[in-house]
Amino acid sequence: MKEGWEAIIGMEIHAQLATETKIFCGCATSFGDEPNANTCPVCLGLPGALPVLNEKVVEYGAKAALALGLNINEQSIFSRKNYFYPDLPKGYQISQYDKPFSSDGELVIMTAERDEHGRAKDFKPMTIRIERMHLEEDAGKNVHEGLPETDKYSYVDLNRAGTPLGEIVTKADFRSSWQAYDYVNHVRRALQWVGASDADMEKGNLRCEANVSVRKVGEEKFRNKVELKNLNSVRFMQKAIEYEIERQIAAHEAGEGVSQETRLWDEKNNKTRVMRSKEDAHDYRYFPEPDLQPLVVSKEFIETMKAQMPELPDAMRDRFMAEYNLSFDDASQIIGDKDIAAFYETAAQASGNPRTSANLMLSEFVRELNNSGKRANESLLTAESFAEIVKTLDEGKINNNQAKEIIVESFNTGKSPADVIREKGFEQVSDAGAIEKIVDEIIKNNENQVNAYRGGNEKLFGFFVGQVMKASQGKANPKVVNEILKSKL
Amino acid sequence: MSIRENIEKTINNAEKLNGELNSFLSIEREYALNRASEVENLSDDASLKGFAIAIKDNICTKDMQTTCGSHILHNYKAHYDATAVRRLKDAGAIIVGKANMDEFAMGSSNESSAFGNVKNPWDLERVPGGSSGGSAVAVASGVVRASLGSETGGSVRQPASLCGITGLKPTYGRISRFGLVAFASSLDNIGIFGQTSEDVAKVLGVIAGRDRNDSTSADVAVPDYLATISDDIKGKRIGVPRALFGEGLETDVREAVENSIENYRKLGAEIVDVELPHAKYGIAVYYIIATAEASSNLARFDGVRYGFRAEGSHELREMYRKTREEGFGAEVKRRIMLGTYVLSSGYYDAYYSKAQKVRALVKRDYQTAFEQCDAILTPTSPSVAFKIGEKSDDPLAMYLSDIYTVSANLVGVPGISVPCGLSGEGLPIGLQLVGNFWSEATLLNLGNVYEKEFPLGAKPKVFAD
Repeated sequence: MKEGWEAIIGMEIHAQLATETKIFCGCATSFGDEPNANTCPVCLGLPGALPVLNEKVVEYGAKAALALGLNINEQSIFSRKNYFYPDLPKGYQISQYDKPFSSDGELVIMTAERDEHGRAKDFKPMTIRIERMHLEEDAGKNVHEGLPETDKYSYVDLNRAGTPLGEIVTKADFRSSWQAYDYVNHVRRALQWVGASDADMEKGNLRCEANVSVRKVGEEKFRNKVELKNLNSVRFMQKAIEYEIERQIAAHEAGEGVSQETRLWDEKNNKTRVMRSKEDAHDYRYFPEPDLQPLVVSKEFIETMKAQMPELPDAMRDRFMAEYNLSFDDASQIIGDKDIAAFYETAAQASGNPRTSANLMLSEFVRELNNSGKRANESLLTAESFAEIVKTLDEGKINNNQAKEIIVESFNTGKSPADVIREKGFEQVSDAGAIEKIVDEIIKNNENQVNAYRGGNEKLFGFFVGQVMKASQGKANPKVVNEILKSKL
Repeated sequence: MSIRENIEKTINNAEKLNGELNSFLSIEREYALNRASEVENLSDDASLKGFAIAIKDNICTKDMQTTCGSHILHNYKAHYDATAVRRLKDAGAIIVGKANMDEFAMGSSNESSAFGNVKNPWDLERVPGGSSGGSAVAVASGVVRASLGSETGGSVRQPASLCGITGLKPTYGRISRFGLVAFASSLDNIGIFGQTSEDVAKVLGVIAGRDRNDSTSADVAVPDYLATISDDIKGKRIGVPRALFGEGLETDVREAVENSIENYRKLGAEIVDVELPHAKYGIAVYYIIATAEASSNLARFDGVRYGFRAEGSHELREMYRKTREEGFGAEVKRRIMLGTYVLSSGYYDAYYSKAQKVRALVKRDYQTAFEQCDAILTPTSPSVAFKIGEKSDDPLAMYLSDIYTVSANLVGVPGISVPCGLSGEGLPIGLQLVGNFWSEATLLNLGNVYEKEFPLGAKPKVFAD
């Protein structure tokens, strides 16, 4: 960012809550069905139909709120947000306005600026104030292409209409695009972690908008802000914010000023463009939804929900660093996914070697997961078997490369590590007598090298090790080999 | 007579009288006759076995037209049955047709129907009241014993009064609103017309009660209304808010209602004075809240998914504008505009929010009054049936027709209109009793006893054989 300027950024995230049915009717929320297959009089907005709140939405909403450090309000009110659009069947969206489901949260995220290669410099904690998370229904989808006569007609698919959303709104606490980036990733992971949302931006079940303005450092007043939409990935969002910051600074410096408007991220051209100006802004005419009673959440319910909360990822990361002596980077990678974290914890404890467990997991295991598209809890290689491999390695029965090979084999076939070791003949020879024999043979056959070594060329030690390993077909225990070689040479 | 013969006779009457009265928008001959044969096989325990009933055209009836009296829903057929309709069907009742009404229930005379006025059977030059005028006339003309109407601000009680029959608006939450096309959700109720309070009680017992499809329906036990309907009313306290018997009240109506108070005293009721100091704000509050909610509820009629869509639009906003301009009538548009205005940013606090505060004061008035009495007695309407066209150019005068009725909708308490006399011109006059929450049994008891002791003793000019 140009010297002397600062950016002011606030974030809005719409997260689809992971319920099986819609917020006000019993229709399925499944993705990718035939258009309008999952609809009924309620979500079609037919005359006379009435909404009934899905209790699961309250449960998932509570989990989401707690995961983000929000306070759940004992009473909240649904309100109607009125506007016309073909994908909005009732002509209003049932949302929450002045009495949201949860409010006044504080969330500590880890954030860092990135260098030109996108590498993080130094992660530091930052406290973000979350204003609220309210519950609302999603709209449907207008379809303008891929169907007959789309040059003449548009279509409406209401499968998504009535899908439950939590809208998470922060204060304008972010000062850089990377802070916003780290925040969205944090929220995404937290929601997935507690099972409140799949939070998958590609499937559209997590959507963000950013409100961006800039001002001179030291200025107290805010300048006009721009709302950014169509941010289809966290990376696009970061780029869009970055672009917007630079655009606004340039516009202010050129004396043109910035108009209050909504802009879209154009991912083809890597820039933002105007969607609508402030003059076109809707007057949503919010008023309390008379078809629904106020949503009352008991203290007992909130306590039950709190009791059901799992350890959250950041707390787990700190604990892994402390208990298992992991680096921030390794621990962060492990808690990047709840199932991987659970797998790791089991393996680390069962193997008694958290460090090696982490190394092997982050190299081989995670790569296999990515290649196969499986989740850690679907792996044929169990965490217990994984621990067995680590232990066998620690006992010197196999070497590091063999350990990796066993992981790959067991992951793909489900064979036990012991079977793989047997089949591949990995069992190491640790019998000193047998190794001594080989060593004697090598010393006898390599007189020149022995003399050179004894004459002070210690680099040749590796040569002897290599020869012994080769002669033993890689099965000799390297530790034992080292010891015997040293004494014999 | 068999059920089928009876239904056939009902249908014949409906068809015969509809030319003059226009009370039905559709008459379901084929459906009703088929249904009659099916119902014959029902157990005799079905409490409404073979009972012919008319349904206001803003209550959804599966595969039957449900137009709300509006061009925008012309030929629209509902995809499902309203809960009240389903319960009627389950109890063996037979729907014989859908009743005409003011467009989207907005009106007090039935003149705003897109499909022509309903005529009052007592005098064909006069209105039947509204908005449930068709449902009222279907009963008043003797075609059916009972019908369903709907109330947002007196739309059952006022036409009942003007047509000389009994009309009940129950407690808000007593009858599910699921399938009642919304006008103003916090005020809307399904109501019941009957030739007598007994007919009303019979129907109410079937359709009342909690419905999981309506979050505002209440989980309150439904009593046996018929069991207490003939109880002695001795000692019942009837409150009279004298301050409301002033300006704008026709002399004949005042005299008839004063007389009914004396009649109740003769029957052993105790008459007490009550005050409802905020009732005078009822109409103002009502027209803010009702129009605000209506502006939102009627947004779904946009030409996108069902109903009427104007031809010849080239872009979305034009389609919306033309569809709603051509699809809605003047009164509906007037109320949508009013409602949009009162909810607009900058006006919300001055109108909608303040109206809700006054609504709370009106409610408190009633709560205080019910500490002193079991029911509050007033005229139902300040006038007898007026002439068609008499008030149609003066919306404010029309709105005042509801002066005695709207408070019950604002508060959510039940009210009943019972015939209590005839004017000098021979037009019916109704008395209104408003009771505390869930006191329908008391109101039906008071109504039934009055009807039995002081019957009207006259029939409308147009009446079924």
